[in-house]
Amino acid sequence: MRPVSRPEQSAAAASPSGRPLRRRERRLALVLGLPLLVLLTVPLVGLVFYAGPSALIAGLAHPATTQALLLSLATSLAALLVVIVLGTPLAWWLARGGRGTGLVETLVDLPVVLPPAVLGLALLLVLGREGMFGKLLGLELAFTPAAVVLVQVVVAAPFFIQSATAAFRALDPEQLAVARTLGARPAKVFMRIALPLARGGLLAGALLAWARALGEFGATLLFAGNFPGTTQTLPIAIYTALEVDPRAAQAMAMVLLVTALVLLLSVRLLGGSARVVR
Amino acid sequence: MTAASSEAPPRMRLSVDVALHRGGFALDVAFAIDGPTFLRGPNGAGKSTLLRAILGLEPLDRGRVTLAERTLVDTTRGIDLPPEARNIGWVPQGAALFPHLSALGNVAFAASVADAEAALAQVGALHLAHRSARVLSGGERQRVALARALVRRPSLLLLDEPLSALDPAARAELRALLATTLTALHIPSLVVTHDAGDIAALGGPIIDLDNGRLVAAP
Repeated sequence: MRPVSRPEQSAAAASPSGRPLRRRERRLALVLGLPLLVLLTVPLVGLVFYAGPSALIAGLAHPATTQALLLSLATSLAALLVVIVLGTPLAWWLARGGRGTGLVETLVDLPVVLPPAVLGLALLLVLGREGMFGKLLGLELAFTPAAVVLVQVVVAAPFFIQSATAAFRALDPEQLAVARTLGARPAKVFMRIALPLARGGLLAGALLAWARALGEFGATLLFAGNFPGTTQTLPIAIYTALEVDPRAAQAMAMVLLVTALVLLLSVRLLGGSARVVR
Repeated sequence: MTAASSEAPPRMRLSVDVALHRGGFALDVAFAIDGPTFLRGPNGAGKSTLLRAILGLEPLDRGRVTLAERTLVDTTRGIDLPPEARNIGWVPQGAALFPHLSALGNVAFAASVADAEAALAQVGALHLAHRSARVLSGGERQRVALARALVRRPSLLLLDEPLSALDPAARAELRALLATTLTALHIPSLVVTHDAGDIAALGGPIIDLDNGRLVAAP
């Protein structure tokens, strides 16, 4: 059922005394919020100013960057694929509501608020060489590119699942039901009606998840380590380069900053409603 | 209380005897129809729920629905055809067109383009074929939804307040269209309406529903 604003509410909003915020009050709110806005933007503007646009070119050309960038792209895209393939059915199930979905949603959201160090440690304990399942299955997962992907899947999945669930929830159940009565099996209804109508939310979620996977640092460092060419992704390469070659670190940071900006702008263009945090 | 309109020859016949409950609401009705019929009742009487039960969209506590000698659901025999196997044309309240498709795309969702064009022509909406469903007016939406419900030659037609949200001119036009379409079909149909004018214009027996129970049936 669609939420309908109650008549008395819309009546209050329409009356002159009940206007949401007058211009002076809005200006005061902005002034009070300004320090935070400065804090959010100044470091990034400073990075661009300090490193300069030429750093972006130099960063892309630097051999250490290229290696880390390629590894970051490969692992994050692999993680994104896993997240979309497994996350879409989960989001579909969550969107239908019912028993157990509240608990599952909380579990899905957990990695968003969990400190990455906790996550990395937990993965080591469970899947590391000496870990519970690692020992049992003889897994050599930790400190491999697969470990990088696994960490990225865990941290990125919530962003996709949240956005996809919201998109599926916004579908009109009556349209889906009509499609069924027209002879379409549930799979066809999903492919021809649900997916096209939820496309914007799914794409926005995928972009946010990809951005999160690209930026993953802490849990990767603990669970996958810092080996150039196998587990040293771009954020870890920045951390490593900081001591030996600050210019290279700045250049790589520029690469990630520009990527993040492009991704975020794409999300906004896809509908603007998708937010990183619900 | 299976009311029999006995003189009519056993052509297509819908026979319904269902019971279900949703939270505090309980529906328990039995009736049989073989032509255009009105379903009337106050808000919350269970009219839409009854349609959804016939469509196979609501799980039943108990019941049996047969349509033209075919059993759609029979809880005592463990028969329960899914909605896609019941061959019922349905126009929900507000039409529920697929917004990302054109008028033709809506009708052709479950039929060939040629059949879809024929169905649009039948309801006088062929000129809307390539219009997006998002930009259609209320009357146009109802026409396209009616074409979509008819295109697979259903054995039963369910129309949920097809005339309620229309301006007087569109309402008169659609009333005339429904009158000719429903009588020409030779299948049972249920038309949900509150409006005495609609009933007078279209003609047909009336089923009165209140609080999930039949008050009067043909």
